[in-house]
Amino acid sequence: MNTLETKAIEVTDLTVAYQEKPVLWDVDLDVPPGVLLAIVGPNGAGKTTLIKAILGLVRPAAGRVLIYEKPYPAQRRIVGYVPQRGSVDWDFPTNVLDVVMMGRYGNLGWIRRPGKAERELAMNALEKVGMQAYAERQISQLSGGQQQRVFLARALVQDATVYFMDEPFQGVDATTERAIVALLQELRANGKTVVVVHHDLQTVTDYFDWVMLLNIHRIASGPVEETFTSDNLRQTYGGRVAFMKN
Amino acid sequence: MKTLIPFNYTLIVVAIGSALLGIISGALGTYAVLRRQSLLGDAISHAALPGIAIAFLLTGSKTPLILVLGAALAGWLGTLLILSIIKLTRIKYDSALALVLSTFFGCGLVLHTLIQRTGNANQAGLDTFLFGQAASLLERDVLTMGILGGIALLIMSLFWKELKLLVFDEAFATSIGLPVRALDILLTSLLTVAIVLGLQAVGAVLMSAMLVAPAVAARQWTDRLAHMVLLAALFGAIAGVSGTVISSSASRIPTGPTIVLCATVIVGFSIALAPNRGLVWHWVRQRKNKARMQRHGKTTFTAQEKLAERLATDRKLLESPQREGDLEA
Repeated sequence: MNTLETKAIEVTDLTVAYQEKPVLWDVDLDVPPGVLLAIVGPNGAGKTTLIKAILGLVRPAAGRVLIYEKPYPAQRRIVGYVPQRGSVDWDFPTNVLDVVMMGRYGNLGWIRRPGKAERELAMNALEKVGMQAYAERQISQLSGGQQQRVFLARALVQDATVYFMDEPFQGVDATTERAIVALLQELRANGKTVVVVHHDLQTVTDYFDWVMLLNIHRIASGPVEETFTSDNLRQTYGGRVAFMKN
Repeated sequence: MKTLIPFNYTLIVVAIGSALLGIISGALGTYAVLRRQSLLGDAISHAALPGIAIAFLLTGSKTPLILVLGAALAGWLGTLLILSIIKLTRIKYDSALALVLSTFFGCGLVLHTLIQRTGNANQAGLDTFLFGQAASLLERDVLTMGILGGIALLIMSLFWKELKLLVFDEAFATSIGLPVRALDILLTSLLTVAIVLGLQAVGAVLMSAMLVAPAVAARQWTDRLAHMVLLAALFGAIAGVSGTVISSSASRIPTGPTIVLCATVIVGFSIALAPNRGLVWHWVRQRKNKARMQRHGKTTFTAQEKLAERLATDRKLLESPQREGDLEA
């Protein structure tokens, strides 16, 4: 299969069902390298499921996923993942630095413990998200925005080429949101591909250069200026979008 | 049943046995508590009961290794059944647990009664698996405990970081390629080992307390996983030994309930007095807040003022110098 240029992510005919109810139906998605892609759609549209299916966290009923032309298991080392902040118990007895170092576990391999090198990488990542002063802090003492930054730092130490982030802006304050956006844009500037499940339609054009509109089916995907049209949005949200400027 | 405390069993053997049991169940119970699977331990220990009876019926032997094997198999089967019920039906986790727990336990009771009816002279002692009788521990039992428990703890420390990630963030663990299903099975197996090793001393009915109580108490005192595991092991050992000594000195008191009561005392003490998380600590903090506000010349406060003051104190506490972090944890 020769295409003109390599695709960072190629999803073909992906279908996922929970107890016979389809959550994703026949979804295709091609993402070129070096874009910042937002996945938007109403609640229950399957945004999180799409990411999870790509990462092999849920088993699709049908379909194929390629990351840089290879199936995901062969490409784990170049993929970074930021799960939803609420998906873990923040009362777990550990500190910030330790959570960030978990991003190196995949490279460390079995049984080996993280050491000085991992610690240094983690500290660098914490500095990038403005959290180096919190390295020794118990994770139960973090605010929502700080938790999100810790998760981002953990993804940064994965040193991936393709990133998947599940609602990184959920429940964070304006300062943190700006910091995260700057970070995402820096990743893209370094040639990384970043896929973000996003909720706020108002900021799509400001933050992202690509967008995918999803509501169980893929409605549209492509560069924001071509794809993020009121027509497509109406199809995605069923005419319940009132705010569009144009 | 007659309780037998023969002379040739020194209290030391029994105490070592209970200490081992406390260490193993305390350390492994930490994972069950952190995964919110406290009740799984209960289900496994109850499910193990028919396994003991069947193992005895089949072999006619009371060799601990054989009975433990039967218990482990039955406990395993029970766990498997719970998982398949959740997967194949729409029955929820707690209902599946209760269903399996009570069914297996019922089978166990029926089988034990049948064994007793047969009047087999060898059957005396099977009863101890219900409420536990640490005094019935022999040297070979303690040896079995030491070896199997030691292996379980060794495996736990070998896969320390993998198990930690599994407990903290399963989705992330999956995404980086850890075989979470296999790790899950490993962890449950280790838990099953801890449970069946404790059955003879503590009994099926209360064994889950030995998994949960030390871990809950340990969580009060520390914010690091490594310390929590060590503390839980220590608390387990203390509860085990003190419970055994108390129950051995007064005959006819089953050991299980006594050990559990000792563990409960530790839990109560920890919940009340531990710094940071302890209730007394909270109370002192509240008193301090009130006193400071009164110094500011106010006696009554709105809810907002109280909240603001509380937040300010909390922030102060947070910004106070942190204890040195544990990188390996």
